[in-house]
Amino acid sequence: MSEAPRTMFEKIWDRHRVLEREDGQTLLYVDRHLVHEGGAAAFAALRRRGLAPRAPDRIFTVPDHYAPTDSRRLDDIRDPRHREMIEQLAQNSKEHGIRHFGLGGPEQGIVHVIGPELGLSQPGMLIVCGDSHTSTHGALGALAFGIGSSEVAHVLATQTLWQRKPKTMRITVDGRLGEGVSAKDVILAIIARISAAGATGHVIEYAGSAITSLSMEGRLTLCNMSIEAGGRAGMVAPDEATFAYLAGRAYAPEDWEAALARWRALPSDPGAVFDAEVTLDGGAIEPMVTWGNSPEEALPIGGTVPGPEAAADAERRETMARTLDYMGLAPGMALEGLAVDRVFIGSCTNSRIEDLRAAAAVARGRRVAESVEAWVVPGSEAVKRQAEAEGLHEVFRGAGFDWREPGCSMCVGMNGDIARPGSRVASTSNRNFMGRQGPGARTHLVSPAMAAAAAVAGHFTDVRRLLAGGG
Amino acid sequence: MEAFTRLTSVAVPLPRPNIDTDQIIPARFLSRPREVDHGEFLFHDARRRPETGEQDPEFPLNREVFGAARIIVAGRNFACGSSRESAVWALFDAGFRCAIAPSFGDIFRTNGMKNGLLPVVLPAEAVAALTAQVEAAPEAEVTVDLRALEVTFPDGSVHGFEVDPFARHCLLEGLDEIGLTLSLEDEIAAFERRYGRENTR
Repeated sequence: MSEAPRTMFEKIWDRHRVLEREDGQTLLYVDRHLVHEGGAAAFAALRRRGLAPRAPDRIFTVPDHYAPTDSRRLDDIRDPRHREMIEQLAQNSKEHGIRHFGLGGPEQGIVHVIGPELGLSQPGMLIVCGDSHTSTHGALGALAFGIGSSEVAHVLATQTLWQRKPKTMRITVDGRLGEGVSAKDVILAIIARISAAGATGHVIEYAGSAITSLSMEGRLTLCNMSIEAGGRAGMVAPDEATFAYLAGRAYAPEDWEAALARWRALPSDPGAVFDAEVTLDGGAIEPMVTWGNSPEEALPIGGTVPGPEAAADAERRETMARTLDYMGLAPGMALEGLAVDRVFIGSCTNSRIEDLRAAAAVARGRRVAESVEAWVVPGSEAVKRQAEAEGLHEVFRGAGFDWREPGCSMCVGMNGDIARPGSRVASTSNRNFMGRQGPGARTHLVSPAMAAAAAVAGHFTDVRRLLAGGG
Repeated sequence: MEAFTRLTSVAVPLPRPNIDTDQIIPARFLSRPREVDHGEFLFHDARRRPETGEQDPEFPLNREVFGAARIIVAGRNFACGSSRESAVWALFDAGFRCAIAPSFGDIFRTNGMKNGLLPVVLPAEAVAALTAQVEAAPEAEVTVDLRALEVTFPDGSVHGFEVDPFARHCLLEGLDEIGLTLSLEDEIAAFERRYGRENTR
């Protein structure tokens, strides 16, 4: 008797099931628990109960949200609360015998950048972190999702998590992406299509030729923003590109052949059924720019700002009016030509080496516009080293970009890296929410190449024209 | 965790879609431990006028008539985005014990159930009707009953809802899951023996 075909998600779910209650709640075993400064409340909760982490060798910690990007020294952090968050994480790690990648050390970086980079994130794993962008690690064929602080405490104490089986959604993008079109544009186009709640309650598997032809960096960008479509997680089936990426990484499996054999069995079986299917034509995707305060409010660069009359009902009309007011936009305005004040290239979405190469290719031989302050914040110390070995930092500096130290930085502004009220930011991050980059800051999400293009032009522009040799 | 069984209260309407947890509590307030009262951070920027920093009297949570509200009625995809549990803490510390919306961010929904804040999903039409009723009669009360799994609107109409049975049990009893899971030590240890060193390195 042959077993029913299973999706990759179902295979990983089944493998990690400790027990299932009659009501469907399932206790899952966690392979990797990644923790940043936000874990403070969970460690405190554990301490109150007199508990210690069950499996310290499965926990890895790194400061990223409060990491300063102008220094690597704790003493240089002006806000004592921020300093304390970083110190507490180091202290909690030390106390419990947890591997800590400290500030100033060679492995530090954004948790969702260093997990894959160190080989901590592997196919078939169940990975959690108290951070919504944990979906990133699904790019390696893992089941990875963000959890809240209470759940972080639960995983610390028991190495397990109660979950109800989510639904599955397959998003298939076939075709060949055009020149100047990146994984960021693909995920923005997907969210624009299915909405910011389109995948709520679902685990997404991305498939199709436009997906499998993405590099690992591109797949990480794609899976990273699954949460922006409401998805519980996002994943891409592991393939030769995945294995080549992981080979030789610091935490790659010791028994490589055994791991490969397990990993090769992971992809969804032919005939496996998904609860929802979505398809997009990759060849039709263009460089995207968001105009509103939800990632679903994204348009191709050639688009114009929609008006409230385009909204489906009174509630949305009211919301759109508020959005346009916040963003300082009017219906009918062209996105191309809209002046920017700040450019931020960084975040767990777009701060990897390929992202920096794409931005540098645009910046090379050009100058950041006089009116623009442009930052590049590499995702990790390793990315920074690699970029510097390739001379990218000189390209950026030569063009007038500020080349900074690794951390979350302006994506969330927790370390104080924020934009002034009313300033317009071209950002490679993941959220254009009101106030996300500082009270009153106006965020437009774009790819690294589009961000670099905006920096040198002083306004949003179609990067394809610059790549073609235009000004 | 504070138990939730049944609640009758006025309800504050916030009928906007995609209200994210960054709006519920801006990132700059996240470095505070749980012991700090997070109520003052709730919608800190959204409820103020950007030019002056003064409270915006138009923002529903600032209206005196909703001052005692313990229920918030929101638009679709409420509390999407960041996993910050302090979004729940801010609502809880400001007195809220229930949020009603057509849909929620998944992580917020879980965080709420683990912190004494009941997320109730009702069909969009029902939420729109409830919003209209509480806007028309702000002093009218809404009852949420977790045992009966029912919401009673001001007009007397009764609307059933669903909650995960296990999470419901924990919330009704005020139990937190860690104690319960620790009692399953034998099962977890047996799993670890079966699983061996797989995915350790």
